[in-house]
Formats: sequence, C-alpha cells, structure tokens
Amino acid sequence: MPESSAFAPQYASIRHRDYTAELGIWVFIATEVLLFGGLILAYFVYRHAFPPGFAAGSRHTEIVIGTANTAVLLTSSFLVAWAVEIFSPATAKIVTWLLIGAACLGLVFIVLKGIEYSKEYDEHLVPGIDFQLAGPKANGVQLFFVLYFVTTAIHALHMLIGICLLLTLAAICRKAPTTRHHTALHSAALYWHFVDVVWIFLFALIYLPGRSTS
Amino acid sequence: MTDWRPPLPLIGAWLGLLALLALTVTLAYVPLGAGNAVVALTIGTIKAGLVAAIFMELWHRRGLTLVFAGAGLFWLGILLWLGSMDFMTRT
Repeated sequence: MPESSAFAPQYASIRHRDYTAELGIWVFIATEVLLFGGLILAYFVYRHAFPPGFAAGSRHTEIVIGTANTAVLLTSSFLVAWAVEIFSPATAKIVTWLLIGAACLGLVFIVLKGIEYSKEYDEHLVPGIDFQLAGPKANGVQLFFVLYFVTTAIHALHMLIGICLLLTLAAICRKAPTTRHHTALHSAALYWHFVDVVWIFLFALIYLPGRSTS
Repeated sequence: MTDWRPPLPLIGAWLGLLALLALTVTLAYVPLGAGNAVVALTIGTIKAGLVAAIFMELWHRRGLTLVFAGAGLFWLGILLWLGSMDFMTRT
C-alpha cells in the first residue's frame, strides 16, 4: 500500500504505529465500558427494587422496532468488518460503498429510534415531559423509562458520532488509500463494533423482560 | 482479480448473530420465570463475544492487546460487583 508520509518519530515502524493505535482505542473503549456500565448498574439496582414496574415498562417498548434495529446494527457492523478485511488500493471503491452502506444502516437505526420515541411520547411515557401512568406499578415504570431514555439517547449520540466517522473515512478512502487510512478505519471499526455490543445488552435489558408474563 | 468477497468467518458470525437474535426474542416469550433474564443475558453475552472475537478480531490477537481489551471488563466487573453488593444483600 502506498505511504503518504513516514510514521511519526516516536514509533519504530509502521507496525508499531498501528499496534499503538489499536491499544489506544481499546483504552478509550474501556472508559466507554465504564460510562455505560454505570448506567447499567443503575438499571440493575432499580430493577431489583421494582421488578413488576420494570417488567411492565419493558412491555410498553416496541419490540418489533427494537429487534429490527438490532438486526440493522449487526448487519452494519458486518459491513464495516468486511471493509476492514478487504481494505487495499484495488478495493477502494468497494470499501467506500461498504462504509456508506454501514453509515446508511446507522441512519436507519436512528430514524427507527425516532419513530419509537414519538410513539412513546404519544403514549404519555416520557418522564419529566409527559408521563401519565397510574396504578401501583407507575413509579417503577417511570424509573424504567428514565433509564430507557437516558441510555438509548447516549447510545444514539454514539451512533451519530460513528456515522460521521464512517462517512468521513468513506470520503478519505475513496482515492489512493494508505496504511494510515487502514489504521484509522480499523480504529473507527472497533468503536462502531463497541457501540453494537452496547446495543446488544441494552436490547436484552430494555425490550426482552416481562414478555412471557402479562 | 482482487478478492473483495467477505471471509467466511465474517459471514458465519453475522448469520450466527442474526440467528441468536431470533432465538433470544423467541425465548423471551416462553415463561421461564427468573430464567428469562438469565437466558436473555446469556445469549446477549454470547452475541457480544462473537462481535468481540470475530468483528473486533480479538480471536487473532495475543498478549497485550487482550490485556487492554480485558481491562474494561475487569473494571466493569468491579463496578457491578461492589456497586450492587449493598442493594442485593439489603434485608
């Protein structure tokens, strides 16, 4: 692969540079794990305190949209992993289209999430803005929806950042990609897969509980 | 001709992930009591493991990369363990 410039002086080789970048993105992912980990801990604590409320809250979420979004995100991750795998100057065009496809799937996810949010608003399930649920489980359901909106909104923000990254890389990789671009794409891909992993757990915690009971 | 096709492990992981998604949604509707949460989180962990091993290439990594990738999980374990201790044991 052609080189646009030599590696920076702190590195012994291109391999050393790429290895450092990979370790660096894993450190960043560790901080992100703890960000979402704190939210998931809060979720477990309140689910432990209000089990029926959380089951009822979960039943109010749109499982069809949630499942479709999970499939969309898994497919998007697959496209990015594919792009990383075949990356070379000869495949620049295909890599570009794979990244655009992955970013478009990311946008589909955001749009479906928006539709879901508007449905929940119509059903008066947005704590702090319009929450009108009565009954013995109302407090638990409200706590569930507080955590639901905070975690999914922070996740959606990560998605938007990821979509911008993928589109930027698609534009850059279009012509004469170098090993530096491959390293950048590899780092962005690790981030994108991590956002996918977060969603896998959010899906299991938000959409699946309480489905077998009524 | 340049090979642009995705490697088989990637396709396998993608199809496996979609199959696990279908399985977890189906099992969520089977009454298993407390087992539903265990099943959902177990399948979620397997899916996350597939993404980490194949998509994030950890299967091909050794040594320091695995330590760096595992560090986040290690601290997450401490966070969840110490954080939930009080609430789980409170009478």
